[in-house]
Amino acid sequence: MEAIIIGITKSAIRLATPYLYASIGETLGQLSGVLNLGVDGVMLMGAFSAFYTVLKTGNLGLGLLVAIVVGAIFGLLIAFVNVTLKAEQGISGIGFYIFGQGLSSVLFSVMIGSVHTVNGFPPLPIPWFSDLPLVGEILFQQNILVYGAFALIPLSWFLLTKTPLGLNIRAVGQNPQAADSLGVNIVRIRYFTVIAGGILSGIAGASLSIALLNVFQQNLTNGMGFIAVALVYFGAWRPLSVLNGALLFSTVNAIQIWVQVKGINIPPDFTLMMPYLVTIVVLTAMAKRRVRPPAALNKPFQRGEE
Amino acid sequence: MKYKRVREILTGLIPIAAFLLALLMGTMMIAILGINPWVAYQALYNGAFGSINAIADTIVKATTLLFVGLGICIAFRAGVLNIGGEGQLVVGALSATIICLTFPDLAGWILIIIALLVGLLSGAIWGGIAGFLKAYFNVNEILSTIMLNYIAVYGMNYLLRGPIMDPLQVKLGSFIPQTARLPQAVDLPRLIPTRLNLGIIIAIFFAILVYIFLWRTTIGFRIRMIGQNIPASRASGINVPKYMVLAFFLSGALVGLGGAIEVLGVHHRMFTDGSASGFTGSAGFNGIVAALFGQLHPLGTIPASLLLGALLTGANKMQRVVQIPSALIGALNGLIVLFVVGSEYLRRSQARRVELITEVGYNSKHKSKKEDE
Amino acid sequence: MKRNKIIIILTIISIFVLSLGIGASAEAFRVALIMPSTINDFAWSQSMYDALLTIQNEMGKENFQFVYSENMFVVADAAAAIRDYASEGYNLVIAHGSQYGASLADIAPDFPKTSFAWGSTANVFADQGITNIFAYEPYSEEGGYVNGVLAAKLSKKDIFGVIGPIETGDAKRYTEGFKAGIQAVKPNAQVNVTWIGSYSDVALASEAAQTHINAGADVLTGTAQMTVGAIGVARQRGALWFGYDVDQSALAPKNVICSVDVDWVVALKPMIDLIKKGERGGKIFTLNLANGGLKMVVNPEALVGQTIEDIVKGNIQVKVEK
Repeated sequence: MEAIIIGITKSAIRLATPYLYASIGETLGQLSGVLNLGVDGVMLMGAFSAFYTVLKTGNLGLGLLVAIVVGAIFGLLIAFVNVTLKAEQGISGIGFYIFGQGLSSVLFSVMIGSVHTVNGFPPLPIPWFSDLPLVGEILFQQNILVYGAFALIPLSWFLLTKTPLGLNIRAVGQNPQAADSLGVNIVRIRYFTVIAGGILSGIAGASLSIALLNVFQQNLTNGMGFIAVALVYFGAWRPLSVLNGALLFSTVNAIQIWVQVKGINIPPDFTLMMPYLVTIVVLTAMAKRRVRPPAALNKPFQRGEE
Repeated sequence: MKYKRVREILTGLIPIAAFLLALLMGTMMIAILGINPWVAYQALYNGAFGSINAIADTIVKATTLLFVGLGICIAFRAGVLNIGGEGQLVVGALSATIICLTFPDLAGWILIIIALLVGLLSGAIWGGIAGFLKAYFNVNEILSTIMLNYIAVYGMNYLLRGPIMDPLQVKLGSFIPQTARLPQAVDLPRLIPTRLNLGIIIAIFFAILVYIFLWRTTIGFRIRMIGQNIPASRASGINVPKYMVLAFFLSGALVGLGGAIEVLGVHHRMFTDGSASGFTGSAGFNGIVAALFGQLHPLGTIPASLLLGALLTGANKMQRVVQIPSALIGALNGLIVLFVVGSEYLRRSQARRVELITEVGYNSKHKSKKEDE
Repeated sequence: MKRNKIIIILTIISIFVLSLGIGASAEAFRVALIMPSTINDFAWSQSMYDALLTIQNEMGKENFQFVYSENMFVVADAAAAIRDYASEGYNLVIAHGSQYGASLADIAPDFPKTSFAWGSTANVFADQGITNIFAYEPYSEEGGYVNGVLAAKLSKKDIFGVIGPIETGDAKRYTEGFKAGIQAVKPNAQVNVTWIGSYSDVALASEAAQTHINAGADVLTGTAQMTVGAIGVARQRGALWFGYDVDQSALAPKNVICSVDVDWVVALKPMIDLIKKGERGGKIFTLNLANGGLKMVVNPEALVGQTIEDIVKGNIQVKVEK
């Protein structure tokens, strides 16, 4: 029994890692009023660039850095289209998704050409903690990008609730007119959050290609970026709740794999359906906690417009 | 006046200029791969319009895009984003297939009508769930539609590799996850001896219907109103949750109908490759782009769907002729979406300037009319 | 990098051919290939692409030319491609995916002079009066069986993990064969099967492999392109892997013991000969161990390396009788 719990929990933590990066990144953008549906495309670009760097140089740190830079560039482009050009965000996001998916696949075909494996970030046991019973094995024998994903939750919570920057981000998302009249630079804040979101999506991709899976294949993420966006709504723009959502989704997924491995006689299609079904049902059950989305979400800022 | 006219035309040309600019970027990408862009684009054109078959394929692709695009228009006008098109297409197609397989002895045209209605209704229910959860349980529609897409796909896989699998596949031992061919009697009539079928006419008919619905009926007006201003709608006595569910219901209905028509008009059976896109061709997402290209207007979505259908059909020909990695076409499509959606702002601000040049009288009349609504 | 060059060369050739027009290369046998994933998927599509390259190298580029459309997972697009290739006068159009069969049956009668091929299936639509479709079908279960026997011999824990896409077609047959092979050697062994529900979800395939290993499995196998994620896990955690479709040892040289290599050349060559003789279709080509269509590619590095390591560690004791 203990082995099962440890196995499922470790699976869930691994599965949740890319979602955490991408969802927290998306949360920042949405809190400042920018919806980005293109997360999956940025993740793919991050995954490819990190993988390519590691394949050619063997340098994991450099791979991560390249993913961050590529994520930042994409974040900049997304901010330009959505904030400066005031594009319809639901649609530009799909454009970035299609573009990132296509570009990463072309680059893969041309620059690598076939599937390879690399040695990704190894498990990094944390001294003393990793020897603790149960939690030691589950929590403190992961690789560095897994730690990073979980560290991101308190960090982003702190940023959003305890710092002036965090308050400005929320203000820009809730009431840009008021924030503007108080002298907050709305464009700058939104560029900041969207670029940060791009960086985190890039790291999310890298966490797949150079830490968890250690391979790259066309469309490696297989739609994970969309789930990450969904989890932002599950978490109602609060980092801790986003964590809960990611863990819920991933745990159910880990359990459904276990159910299959144990040969319990349920058609696999139904077990595979469970993470998606449970996420909706749980959210519906928690219905009446009326959390309002950032009022200016999906609305470009135009000075003097109501 | 003349100046204004010129400006108006120039403004209208902005999205086209953006489109061409994206193609120019694509040209560079193609050239970097060592391929003659001229040959590539020629292939693109020929693939979309070069022969009767090419034109038929373009229109067939546009049909599904148009149905999804219309669904998106309604949802968008109600202020919600329906990215559940993939799931709604699958559900609509599956249920129409099941009806045709269950009642093969009914007269052809009766069965066609029933199947299309069932496809429409099940798409509506699949979309309606998202609307219902949003309106009454505060579940965001982006979350629910993404999840519902996956649920639909796994449900489809289950049915196709089990209960409704073609008995022949079991007999042959090849276990291809598809149904038997539907009775010939339910094939939608073909317009010319290609894959071109009645579907496109039904789609255009519905485009006109959606236009009339949104702009000429009270219900349509209310749906547009909640899309513009929820508090004001509530204040004026509109039952906002009810209309939100209705918008999603109608949106899903159109997409579901599109799925049913794809089965009866093109494939005549249901099949799966494990994902939705093997059947839908990602129309659930591309339809959103078509709706945008059509200015989120049902009638504008008609030419927009044709353009996008041509682009997607032609792109495959481009792969065949110049053997570029197929993904380049995806990247190019993404660029086109980004350039067009990015140019919208320029077009709108230019349009505003044109409006300012117009006589003040018209302007104020226009404005007061808006307030009436 | 070699593959890149090949791709570039092929591209240049095809442009050249097209610009010269069809007449100039009337002598050559021309093949068009439509496949659902990419030429470098390390699985289904790549195996067919490699087979065509092999034939081209044997026959020479002046006698054998081929073009391809990859990533044609949208069946409607594949149908358009099939029709287009047929109308351009290719001698053979290969629709390399079982989901293309229905479209093929619609298109083939319009092009009586073109031959078509599809798989994996044993259906050439003879019942519909169609005479220009060939079919090919690998007996995946045979390869699965051999892999199973080998796996059973090598496993120490007698727990095995299978990671498949959806329970249909080749994947289903391979898995059944693998199970039968294991049971032939170790009737009480435990074979755990997981289905990912997708041909592309690498992350889930990877996590399924982790779970199999946690459940005690020390030997894993699986089919389709998303298994690269599982191979990565086998490599990282030291489990043994048995491959399918192509030789997968490059992905984990120390872990991939044996791969079932589907050698489509065995079906394609006689098919091409028949077409040259004027037959257009109607025949089903099976690929099995008897005709060499399925090849067991043993990876010496892993098997030998594993044995040496076992001897060094003392797991195997080699006794010499005096």
